[in-house]
Amino acid sequence: MELYELTALELAGQLRAGAVTQAEAIAAAAGRIAACQPGNNAFITVADSPAPAPALSASPLAGVPMAYKDNLCTRGMRTTCASKILGDFTPCYDATAVERLTAAGAVSMGKLNLDEFAMGSTCETSCYGPAKNPWDLTRSPGGSSGGAAAAVAAGEVWYAIGSDTGGSIRQPAAHCGVTGMKPTYGSVSRYGLVAYASSLDQLGPIARSAADCAAVLELIRGRDPRDATSLDLPAGGLLCALTGDVRGRRIGLPAECFGGALEPEVAAAVRAAAGVLRARGAVVEECSLPLLDYAVPAYYILACAEASSNLARFDGVKYGWRAEGCGSLEELYRRTRTEGFGPEVKKRILLGTFVLSADCYDSYYKKALQARARLKAAFDAVFQRYDLLLTPVAPTTAPRLGEGLADPLSLYLSDIYTVPANLAGLPALSMPCGFDRSGLPIGAQLIGPALGDLAVLDAAHAYQQETDWHRRHPDTPAAAKGGDAL
Amino acid sequence: MNITEARIDHLSDLARLSLPGGEKEEIARELERILDYMAVLDGLDTAGAEPLSHVFPLKNVLRPDETAPSADRASLLAGAPAADGESFLVPKAVE
Repeated sequence: MELYELTALELAGQLRAGAVTQAEAIAAAAGRIAACQPGNNAFITVADSPAPAPALSASPLAGVPMAYKDNLCTRGMRTTCASKILGDFTPCYDATAVERLTAAGAVSMGKLNLDEFAMGSTCETSCYGPAKNPWDLTRSPGGSSGGAAAAVAAGEVWYAIGSDTGGSIRQPAAHCGVTGMKPTYGSVSRYGLVAYASSLDQLGPIARSAADCAAVLELIRGRDPRDATSLDLPAGGLLCALTGDVRGRRIGLPAECFGGALEPEVAAAVRAAAGVLRARGAVVEECSLPLLDYAVPAYYILACAEASSNLARFDGVKYGWRAEGCGSLEELYRRTRTEGFGPEVKKRILLGTFVLSADCYDSYYKKALQARARLKAAFDAVFQRYDLLLTPVAPTTAPRLGEGLADPLSLYLSDIYTVPANLAGLPALSMPCGFDRSGLPIGAQLIGPALGDLAVLDAAHAYQQETDWHRRHPDTPAAAKGGDAL
Repeated sequence: MNITEARIDHLSDLARLSLPGGEKEEIARELERILDYMAVLDGLDTAGAEPLSHVFPLKNVLRPDETAPSADRASLLAGAPAADGESFLVPKAVE
């Protein structure tokens, strides 16, 4: 077995046992990146000389090469958000998640591609060109953490940190056949994450297995005085608590998530995953999650409103790129923002500005906040009866590059299964559960109640004890894969 | 909903963006389409629902009033498009 086929925990075990040296692990990652990057463009910046962990500490992932989505601030390494407006901005501080992982012996191989400012679900709005799906390079890896999912799928790094505002960890994980988790809102400090929609943004791991995700999450979560919304959670306690025992767990399959535009192959794979959990002793039954149709409009109103405010800071004064030759401050702001932001970002800023205008505030923004309250109440009600929900991650497998952006509204609608967890602040995980007839990965999503992160991870861990979808690799370095993956 | 050119001009003024003629029309059409779709929310009864801006009821999160070093000036200014060693530089803002 090649090193890149190991999970992060398996590699860490080999490092601790001395069977593999850190230098060998780093060389293996660098070799994969050199081989795959020309095809899949997963990285925006590759580290020149990745710093090995000073000592292989007791941390379960010490010495394992990984990478960060390029909207996380990294001291001394440029942070672009895949936008021209940030230019070669090089932060003078690390995000809290970066700081914590560095202290735990993470070896950063660089920064990963994304949709500009994480706004998109195909990775095609990146000003550095789209990342591509390692299972088929003519397809999108999903987004916005498309580079992160592609890099883990291709075996370039053993895990990555992504951000998820409306599905940006889970959907690319599904499209690339890897495991990705958005923890409960507030679990991970957002300090140093370039803000998109602050009440929805959350950082989380993308890795091969649920156990890897547990190991990463317990290193980065917990209270941080620099993010007032961060929760006081115990350090550790996830990885060691995985039992794979789902006997008696009540898992609901919301009927509303299995109709509409859902592709039959995706529906069948997710139902088959339900069967696997049932066979391990979970009590799986159909349930109802009302109000699902209101989630996408509420999400886009709130996300764009928050974005229009958050992105006001990019004005060409304090950091990043500035338009040349401006005669006045007003011209400097306008030209820098007009020439620095891409079309999707501008559209969302304008939409956000619109829904916050005085005459629209009540009918759009306030209405969306009320819809959010009703949706959260609907989740509260369903979690009275169920421990977890199982749904698809996306209605389809990975779209062809160029297909999605042609019809933006349909692209927004494809977020239907992922945005509810962000609106309600819930933990949700995407795990590989099969392939379609074109050989493209399919993902299933587990959603838990607030602070039910462990239950979500444990159910995914149970599923991965029975299946090996998460161990599948696109054959050769970033080779396009046809219909033979089944 | 009909989005007029005047409305787009007003929104782009507020957001400090400039849209060339052709782009204006295109974005107006696209916003119209998105907003028409968002009208689905009108069908949701929200009477009595308190607007939920944040999922956890956190209020007034205070920290102890202790001094701690912040980033030093030189390293912050190093990231600026134009600086003079003490300040960010911008075109003249006051006549």
